[in-house]
Amino acid sequence: MYQYDQYDQAMVDARVEEFRDQARRRLEGKLTEDQFKPLRLMNGLYLQLHAYMLRVAIPYGTLNSRQMTVLGDIADKYDRGYGHFTTRQNIQYNWIKLEDAADILADLAKVEMHAIQTSGNCIRNISSDHFAGATHDEIIDPRPYAELMRQWSSFHPEFTYLPRKFKICVIASEKDRAAMRLHDIGIQIVKNADGEVGARFFVGGGMGRTPMVAPMIRDFVPLDQLITYAEACLRVYNRYGRRDNKYKARIKILVHELGKEEYTRQVEEEFAHLLEQGVEPPHEELARIAKHFGDPAFEDGPKTVDRSDPDFALWVDRNSHRHKHDAYVSAVISLKPVGGIPGDATGEQIRIMARLAKQYSFDELRIMHTQNVVLPHVKIADLHALWTELDAAGLGAPNMDTIEDMIACPGLDYCALANARSIPLAQRISERFDASGKTEKLGELKLKISGCINACGHHHAGHIGILGVDKKGVENYQLSLGGSEAEDVSLAKITGPGFTEDGVIEALETVTDVYLERKEGEERFLDTYRRIGMEPFKEALYG
Amino acid sequence: MKVLTGNDLKTGDVIWWTGEGWSRHVDDAVDTGEQGEQILATEEAARRVNVPYMIEATREDDGSVRPAHIKDRVRALGPTVRPDLTLKPKSPEALDWII
Repeated sequence: MYQYDQYDQAMVDARVEEFRDQARRRLEGKLTEDQFKPLRLMNGLYLQLHAYMLRVAIPYGTLNSRQMTVLGDIADKYDRGYGHFTTRQNIQYNWIKLEDAADILADLAKVEMHAIQTSGNCIRNISSDHFAGATHDEIIDPRPYAELMRQWSSFHPEFTYLPRKFKICVIASEKDRAAMRLHDIGIQIVKNADGEVGARFFVGGGMGRTPMVAPMIRDFVPLDQLITYAEACLRVYNRYGRRDNKYKARIKILVHELGKEEYTRQVEEEFAHLLEQGVEPPHEELARIAKHFGDPAFEDGPKTVDRSDPDFALWVDRNSHRHKHDAYVSAVISLKPVGGIPGDATGEQIRIMARLAKQYSFDELRIMHTQNVVLPHVKIADLHALWTELDAAGLGAPNMDTIEDMIACPGLDYCALANARSIPLAQRISERFDASGKTEKLGELKLKISGCINACGHHHAGHIGILGVDKKGVENYQLSLGGSEAEDVSLAKITGPGFTEDGVIEALETVTDVYLERKEGEERFLDTYRRIGMEPFKEALYG
Repeated sequence: MKVLTGNDLKTGDVIWWTGEGWSRHVDDAVDTGEQGEQILATEEAARRVNVPYMIEATREDDGSVRPAHIKDRVRALGPTVRPDLTLKPKSPEALDWII
């Protein structure tokens, strides 16, 4: 994986000292909160319901065991013993003291990490496929391009004050495991008919209060023009994106209002201009970055496991992903134990995952946008030993892509923007469906829960989505069906009037019962919904 | 009653105006009446509180203070999903008080 050069390290170190001085001046009263707020946000420090919250960037979700260990240590040393992995492949800490914040950033900088651009109207953490570089089905490893984009977008002077935050995703397979088309820019690396590798550009997707699926604006950009084309997309947005209304400021609104054709025309015009300017980074820089992403020294070995232990066999079936080397798999560590808080891990669990990555996965981990952790390169021969250790640490839940593997935002338990709690719903649902055995019957079912319209819990893209709203001071939950953030992307539709907390859990039972009664063959919930439509579900819910 | 709340500048902890200073316990909060905005401005300028604001609350029969909005009740107690981290860690009524 990528390692900082002297410039990267110098930039991050300088930023720590700059923030230390800013925090000191705030504590001494030389800066007001209005003056300090944009400065702290540029360093990932929010003020949430109970305390300051620090969001740490994990570029394209990739990190090594040394970095993961420090994340666990920060949880214990500066927070209350746990961290929360997010849908942007980052981690955030909920109980940070302002007087400790610069020390935490200094600890992070020692292991080539930071919290820069995890907030504010800038280009945020570049996200990618959590199985990148390991999966059997990709064209190339997209991470060198994600890293190139990280370097291009870090402190980019032109894109530091965009109309609104900006999210970019880079993947390189037909399977979309990163919600690529729900990003401001989604980049899919593809091969054309001549076997040349390039990129499809999808622009103007997103969730939030106005969910949109990004349309494709170009089906092939040569990879040696990737940054130039992205810069053209950003330039048009930066020039014409609305700054008068926060709720209409995302690029999706611009693309929608201009129309895909007109936006694309302007991008192409800007692209032609930029090609003349020569803004693309030199090929040598990409080659330098790419050297960090070579394959580890894979060895041949057994290709199957001993399935005599049914619990182990279930975990392998559910939580492993096919690797490009047939003696390996990518192993998913679920952070969704039954009744647990989705995405939370204790400092000790984080250090255990770090140790296991070093022992079993060439020192590498990935964070999934579904709030789980991946060990990307695990020998099939080592799977039982790995599972045994994970299970002992409360990290062995066999539930990937089931209803128990839901995304849930922090909701009203932590978030200043939320209107309703998400986590208690997630906990009750996983306990109930696990106890009844229904999880197994339902198979793949992606449930996503948001505590407000900002949709951090991706409810628009859930096979089943739940949105918490405030109804005259009381929590209320809207149910929606039929969303997907995968390659069969779609936006979920609301079933009808909302429910109480108890009521929405009953509603979930009802819609899953309809699915089980009406499913044909191997259909997933989503497939059945798409075949029979909303009406049978509405009829069962509302009569 | 009108109650003044905010966060401690150094720690970020939720705090409540007691009439003489700031407390981490909502039950110590007092009715600021019409003086709230003035106290708010003075205390913020003195950096004794960060991002202060006024809320509506009621004083219950047992003398406790209950913010009108659920968000402020969550702020007062702590995350409902981590009873080990709330200000009333072992109270069986804690969740009912919020909801």
